[in-house]
Amino acid sequence: MSYFSDIYKGIKTLLTGMSVTGKYFLTSRKGAITQQYPDNRATLKMFDRFRGEVIMPHNENNEHRCTGCQKCEIACPNGTIEIIWDRGIDETTGKKKKKIDQFVYHLSMCTMCGLCIDVCPTNAIEWGQNFENSVYDRTALTRVLNKPESKLQPGVED
Amino acid sequence: MNISLSITKNIHDWLFSIMPESVASIVEMVLIGLLYLVIFAILGLFLVLLERRIAAWFQLRIGPNRVGFQGLLQTMADALKLLSKELTGTTKADKFLYNLAPYFVIVSSLMALAVIPFTKEFHAFDINIGIFFLIAISSIGVIGILLGGWASNNKFALIGAMRSGVQTISYELSVALSLLTMIIITGSLQLSEIIEIQKNGWLIVQGHIPAIIAFMIFMISGTAESNRAPFDMVEAESELGAGFHTEYSGMKFAYFFLAEFINMFIIAAIAATVFFGGWLSPFGITESIPWLGVFWFLGKTFVLVFLMMWFRWTFPRLRVDQLLTLEWKYLLPINLVNIVIMALIVWLNLTIQF
Repeated sequence: MSYFSDIYKGIKTLLTGMSVTGKYFLTSRKGAITQQYPDNRATLKMFDRFRGEVIMPHNENNEHRCTGCQKCEIACPNGTIEIIWDRGIDETTGKKKKKIDQFVYHLSMCTMCGLCIDVCPTNAIEWGQNFENSVYDRTALTRVLNKPESKLQPGVED
Repeated sequence: MNISLSITKNIHDWLFSIMPESVASIVEMVLIGLLYLVIFAILGLFLVLLERRIAAWFQLRIGPNRVGFQGLLQTMADALKLLSKELTGTTKADKFLYNLAPYFVIVSSLMALAVIPFTKEFHAFDINIGIFFLIAISSIGVIGILLGGWASNNKFALIGAMRSGVQTISYELSVALSLLTMIIITGSLQLSEIIEIQKNGWLIVQGHIPAIIAFMIFMISGTAESNRAPFDMVEAESELGAGFHTEYSGMKFAYFFLAEFINMFIIAAIAATVFFGGWLSPFGITESIPWLGVFWFLGKTFVLVFLMMWFRWTFPRLRVDQLLTLEWKYLLPINLVNIVIMALIVWLNLTIQF
């Protein structure tokens, strides 16, 4: 008797599959995932988990969260990150303290593996959603992530 | 009132008035041939576009919408591109058969198109064995595919062609038997007469349960006949490159491609004619305007074409053994039992007539 139950099961599963695709067909107008890219450049918003480039967010007082610990530089498998640092006097305590001078990021070498972001103890660097990275001169892909005159945000090291 | 009829009749009378009879009939044949070639080309291009848009919607994409309004000229542009491409071939190919194969495929689908009634009197060839002719013609197409695969001198093409042979020969039976089930009701093979009988209710209503079973079997085996997914063993992209037309390029490839889509249209058109009343309007709402029949016919056909596209974008491809199991262990025995049931129903007058 499994012959007839096989036929019944076969038809039932085929109809189940067709109902699934049919639902997608009916909702396709609203839920189309295709981006008509250059046309919608103004309104295009990349999704949160998109890995475009590494950025270092600064707050309104031009302060970042990077302590210059260099963990990201060590974690990077292909030498994308280079931290140039020196020792400066800390204003509050008056002691000598490690500070970053330039956080150099070579986008041309980056494989977007995200190890630097995972390893950062103070969440100083994050993923940016910009993906329009084509330039005519590759030196433009070497970026300094900390803005000029920026300082360490107080309280990050505590 | 009878617009399509009067136009064809007027042209017919006019041709015979200015020319001797033999010349006029030849001119008329050429004109009808050209008309069907134009229908073939337009239908083929439109179906390719429809397939691409519908595939896109099933996959939550948008599909071609750049060339012309909503991408309507996309396939035209593709055809122009294919026309301008070089016709390549393999060095050890059998040149004669290699070049002949696309014409076999295209001629067989054109011949099948000729017997399909678009509306009352708009019918190139109302032969009295219409269904039989269609069943016979649909198996000629496979010769083109076999020739193409054999003559290409390419192992993938040959495997694809052989699979096509297996598939078409086995599913041929189901197509013919499911149509025969309906012929028990109509008692005639002539397509115009089959439609005439359906004025008392479409055959799928008249024949109720066995007719629905026959329709399901016809759609399954028709999809297999036209070598479309989920039965696209012939050109299984992930296994055989492009299957039997791997070595074809340019316009010869386009012939295969168009013929495949026209075959899908023909299967849907046969189903619409035999099961859903062809150009008859539902409940005879537009019976007084015969030329509207074209729209009813095309509407029904495109609904069935959509059904086949729905199959294509839902089901995974079958393996060869599963394909043959489906045909020989399931479709064929069910079909034979179904014919007996249908014969009993007709004998006991259990059909539903309006």
